[in-house]
Amino acid sequence: MSLLEVKNLYKSFGGLQAVCDVSFNVQDGMIKALIGPNGAGKTTLFNLISGVLKPDRGEIFFNGLPIHSIPQYKIASYGIARTFQHIRLFPKMTSLENIMIGRHTHTKAGFISCMLSLPFTWKEEKLVREKSMELMKFLGVSELASIDALSLSYGQQRIVELARALACEPKLLLLDEPAAGLNMRETREMGEFISKIREMGITVLLVEHDMSLVMKISDEVLVLSYGQKIAEDNPLSIQKNKEVIRVYLGE
Amino acid sequence: MNTKKKYIQLSLFLSIIIFIQLLTYFTGCEYHLTQLTMSAYYCLLIIGLCLLMGYAGQISIGHAGFFAIGGYISAFLTTYDLSQYKDKTILILFSKIGAALFRQDLYGGKVLNFHPWAAALIAIILTIIIAILIGSPVLKLKGHYLAMATLGFGIIVYRIVLGTEKFGAADGISDIPPFPLLFGIEVNGKPVMRVWNYYISWSIVFITMTFLINLINSRVGRALYAIHGAEDASRAMGVDTREYKLKTFVLSAVLASVGGIFLTHYNGGIGPSEASVIKSVKYVAIVAIGGMANLWGSLVMGLILNFLSLRGYFGTYDDAVFGAILIIIMLFAPEGLLKVKLFDFIKYVSFRSKKSV
Repeated sequence: MSLLEVKNLYKSFGGLQAVCDVSFNVQDGMIKALIGPNGAGKTTLFNLISGVLKPDRGEIFFNGLPIHSIPQYKIASYGIARTFQHIRLFPKMTSLENIMIGRHTHTKAGFISCMLSLPFTWKEEKLVREKSMELMKFLGVSELASIDALSLSYGQQRIVELARALACEPKLLLLDEPAAGLNMRETREMGEFISKIREMGITVLLVEHDMSLVMKISDEVLVLSYGQKIAEDNPLSIQKNKEVIRVYLGE
Repeated sequence: MNTKKKYIQLSLFLSIIIFIQLLTYFTGCEYHLTQLTMSAYYCLLIIGLCLLMGYAGQISIGHAGFFAIGGYISAFLTTYDLSQYKDKTILILFSKIGAALFRQDLYGGKVLNFHPWAAALIAIILTIIIAILIGSPVLKLKGHYLAMATLGFGIIVYRIVLGTEKFGAADGISDIPPFPLLFGIEVNGKPVMRVWNYYISWSIVFITMTFLINLINSRVGRALYAIHGAEDASRAMGVDTREYKLKTFVLSAVLASVGGIFLTHYNGGIGPSEASVIKSVKYVAIVAIGGMANLWGSLVMGLILNFLSLRGYFGTYDDAVFGAILIIIMLFAPEGLLKVKLFDFIKYVSFRSKKSV
């Protein structure tokens, strides 16, 4: 069964057709990569799926439910979490606190109960802390828990951002260039993490420019060029696809 | 933050409050308690504004407006003579439940007014409604635009209270009855009640402070801080940023309004200067000098600066002093006065002097 269904999606900015009639499915439990030259509309597509932008036309279904017209903040509670191309960690908060924000949709203490510090909020808080620490351990960064997130190295920030997204317990994880700015060792580690995440039963859709990483970990690759889908296949066939080679290398 | 630290801070606060009272008692300047009590009601506004600005990251240069709304509505309802309507069913009902009552005015005449509690309740409800009406559209704005929109709100409130005959125009409203609490204790400015009122006002601040400290160390506080840092990312994590910003705005408006209500009853009057824009700027300056995201810093600065200002230490330069504070803080200590690392500063100075030798 397909977890995410994108049907005939259109989005334009002024005269620029950023996404034009794109349709695809993401099957439950797979790693799907989205590639294409710069300006192909990958990030726009990501923003449409994660609710940052609203499509001009077309539909997006998640688990059979339409998500193309709901407010952005509700997307997370449907089970979709994301990371950003340019890391968007919360400044002046520790790594642990950043990850704890990820638990927001799984907790429910409101203004009044928090002000009165009702006992259920303590329990909730304790669980949030434990769960977040667990995630840091899983990703091997538990020693960074009390460090200000923005003072970490770039690679560590990427991992904390990944942990924050995982704290949402998503069914679908959207990764926008998870290896951007990472060195070779860090890129390899990131690949391993993504494979591990899939083993946890989380479906992954990622945008990435690092082809060796894409080819190694993904089950299916979708290629975009000038807002249009030009190919969708397994990594091996994509590497041989004439159209894809033309788009990337020129005639 | 662990709970132990919270209790230490709160008990330290409590002991300072008691210490100040004893200090004025033994140094024979108990009349200072009047200004300290007034400071407490301004502090109520300031810690609410600190939550809004420092934690949720939303500036408001119109909070004096909410302070004045609270003060003016309760002042108006407790002084406006309703005798002419006394046969109306709704007023009879109000009198039956004690929400409206007869009292003697300054000249011995019999007037029918709202009970202070009923007036305060109405004032708070109206504040909430106005805060929602103002907050819903303007909180979509960011930075300078939000500052200007809230400034506009402050100006509107100021012009309305200044231009309305029923609100006493430039004279404001006076002859406001005391606010009765339990066992004959009242919020009023009579010298015999001075110590009582000092403790009443600071108890209100203490309770509010406890609530706000709880709030900022909870799920909600974390979400507010996330909104401050990266609004788009916090939405992606499922935080309803619009709702959180609006609720914080309303909460801070209510605190401002409550401060206004009590100060009005304490002073027995209110004038349009309470709604003036310069007051709003003053509050923003105090939150800035307190360190923005620092409730204790704002409270301490609110106490000290309001006290000095009310005692007239800044003389006719009062507004200029707060303007200067704002400039100096922004330039030299954007983290607030309490966060200036004195040690670093000394090191910096000594290092420089060595270098020049």
